[in-house]
Amino acid sequence: MSMSFAEIVEQRQGGSVAVSAGVIPAIKLSTKNLSFFYGETQALFEVTIDIPARNVTALIGPSGCGKSTFLRTLNRMNDIIEGTRHTGTVWLEGADIHDKRVDVVALRKRVGMVFQKSTPFPKSIFDNIAYGPRIAGEKRKKVLAEIVESCLKRAALWDEVSNRLKESALSLSGGQQQRLCIARSLATDPEVLLMDEPASALDPASTARIEDLIFELKENYTIVIVTHNMQQAARVSDSTGFFFQGQLIEMGSTLNVFRRPKEQATEDYITGRFG
Amino acid sequence: MSEQSQPVPHQSDEQSTVNGLQRTNASRSKQRIGVAFEFACRMSTWFSVAVLVVLLAGLIWKSWGWLDADFLTNFDSRHPGEAGIWAGIWGSVWLMFFTMLFSVPIGIGAAIYLEEYAPPTRLTRFIQINLSNLAGVPSIVYGILGLTTFVRMFGAFGANQKVLAISLGFGNLRIPLPLDRTVLSAALTLSLLIMPVVIVAAQEALRAVPGSIRHGSFALGATKWQTIRHQVLPASLPGILTGVILAVSRAIGETAPLLMVGAFMFVTSTPGGIQNPVDLLTNPQGVLDAPFEPFTAIPIQILNWVQHHKHEFEHVAAAGIIVLLVVLLVMNASAVLLRNRYQSKVRW
Repeated sequence: MSMSFAEIVEQRQGGSVAVSAGVIPAIKLSTKNLSFFYGETQALFEVTIDIPARNVTALIGPSGCGKSTFLRTLNRMNDIIEGTRHTGTVWLEGADIHDKRVDVVALRKRVGMVFQKSTPFPKSIFDNIAYGPRIAGEKRKKVLAEIVESCLKRAALWDEVSNRLKESALSLSGGQQQRLCIARSLATDPEVLLMDEPASALDPASTARIEDLIFELKENYTIVIVTHNMQQAARVSDSTGFFFQGQLIEMGSTLNVFRRPKEQATEDYITGRFG
Repeated sequence: MSEQSQPVPHQSDEQSTVNGLQRTNASRSKQRIGVAFEFACRMSTWFSVAVLVVLLAGLIWKSWGWLDADFLTNFDSRHPGEAGIWAGIWGSVWLMFFTMLFSVPIGIGAAIYLEEYAPPTRLTRFIQINLSNLAGVPSIVYGILGLTTFVRMFGAFGANQKVLAISLGFGNLRIPLPLDRTVLSAALTLSLLIMPVVIVAAQEALRAVPGSIRHGSFALGATKWQTIRHQVLPASLPGILTGVILAVSRAIGETAPLLMVGAFMFVTSTPGGIQNPVDLLTNPQGVLDAPFEPFTAIPIQILNWVQHHKHEFEHVAAAGIIVLLVVLLVMNASAVLLRNRYQSKVRW
C-alpha cells in the first residue's frame, strides 16, 4: 500500500476523471449555510455544498468533525433526536426538505440510508427487504417477491441467499447483513443513498464487495458516503468533501482533493499529519 | 479453594528466592477474607434452598393421600374427606382471565406511551417514579381501594342494588350496580394491583429493543406508529409476555385484596355454573353471568381450611397449597420457556 491516494484515483479512473470531461453533472442535493445544533453544542457551521446526481460523493474527516451529522440532516434522521435544531437550507432537486408541507416519510423513501452497524430487523431475509414496500402499502405477494429478488440482485446478495429467504436475517454474516441493509434501502426505490461508514465494521473481503457494489449502484443512484478510510474514498468516490470541526473545508473532484488539495488542513489530514 | 496455590517446586538450591512474591501476613489475611466471603455466600444460597425443601417435604407429607382426583373436582364440604377445590380453581381461572383482559392492554399501552411518545418532562418523570412506588404498595391497600371503588362504587347507587340489563341476542348481560362482591370487582382490583408491575416490565422490554432497529425502520420511510407496530412491539413481545405472566402469577396467589373485596370462603358453585371448558361454548348465558357472580379462589379456600377448627382440614389445606404451587410453577415455567424460545430467534 505505498500508492498515494491520488494514484489510487488515477489508476481507477484511467485519467478520465469526470471533471476533466467538462460535463457538469446535475445537482441532486444541495445545502446552503446549514448549521446544526445538539442543544447548545454546534456541530455544523454554515455548510454549503452541492452534491452531483448519479455520482459517489465521499465525506471525509477526523472523528467528530460533523460528517455523520451532516449526512443525517440530508434525510432528516436528526429530527428523531430530542433537543436538536438547524439553521440554513437543504434542497433535494430544488425542493426545501424542511418545508412545512414536506412529508418526512416521503422524503426518507426518496433518500435512503445505510448505517455503520448493519441493522437487520429480527425477521426473515424476505421480510427485511419487503418491509419498506409493505409499510408503503404494497400487499401483492407477487410484486413483493419481485422487489425482493431484484433488490437482492442489485445488492449482489441474491446468489448467496436465494434458497434461504425464509431464514432469519440475523443468520447472515456481517458483510452479508450490510449488503442486506443496502438491498433493503433499495426496496423503497430511492434516488439517493446515504451511507454512514458502511464498511467500517467489516473485514477487507466484505469491504471490497461493498465498494464494488457502490461503484455499480452509482449508475442509478446518487450516493453520499461518509468514511474515515481515505483509501476507500479514493477508490469509490467521484467527488470528495473534507469536514473539519463542523465546517466543510474543501469540496471538489476526488482526484483534485487528493492530488492538489487547496487547503492546508486538507493536505495535513490526507498526508496523515493529524486525524 | 483453587486460589490456595502451592509454592511451585523449584529444582535449584536453597538460596533461590521468590523475588518479592513470597506470602506475607497481609496477603494471607486477605485470602482468608476471600474464603470466608465465599463461604458466607454459599451458606446463604443453601439456606434458602433448605427452607424450600423443608417446606415442600412438609407439604407433601401432610397432603399425602388427600390430594387426589376427588379433591380437584369436588366442591368444598364440611367433611374433610369430601372437601375439594373445584370452586377455587374455576374462580381463579375467571379472575386470571379478567385480570389479564384489563391489565395487559392498559399496561402495555401505558408502557408504549411512556417509552416511545412521552416527552421527557417533569410530569413524565413524576409518573415514572410513582409507577415504581405503586409496584411496592402492599396488596391490602389495593383491596381497600377495590372495595370502595368497585364493590361499593362510592355508595353512588344508594342502598339498593340496581341491575343494568343488556340483551345481546344469545343472552342477557346483567350488570349489577354497584358491582358488589363479584368476580369482576376482584379482577378489577387485581388488575390495579399488577398494572404497575406490567407497565414497568413492558417498559424494560421496550427499552431493550436497540435504537438501531427504530432508526433502520424510520430510514425506510416508516411512521412512528408503523415502527412501533411492526418492529418494536414484535421484538419486545416475549419480554412483555414474560412480565405479564410473572405479574399474573403474583396476582393468582394474592389473598388479602380478595378478602377485602369479599371473596366467599365457602362456595359450592362455579361462576356462571360453568364447570368444564365445553360449557363455555354451550352455555353463553353462563359465560355472560360469570363475571357478575360471587366467587372463591384457590388461596381463599386454603385460608379457610387453615383456619378451620377441625384438625383434618390441615391436610386439605396442604393439598390446596400444592395445587396452587403447581399452578404457579406451570406459569413461571411457561414464562421461562417463552423467553428462551424467542431469545434464540430474536437477538442482536
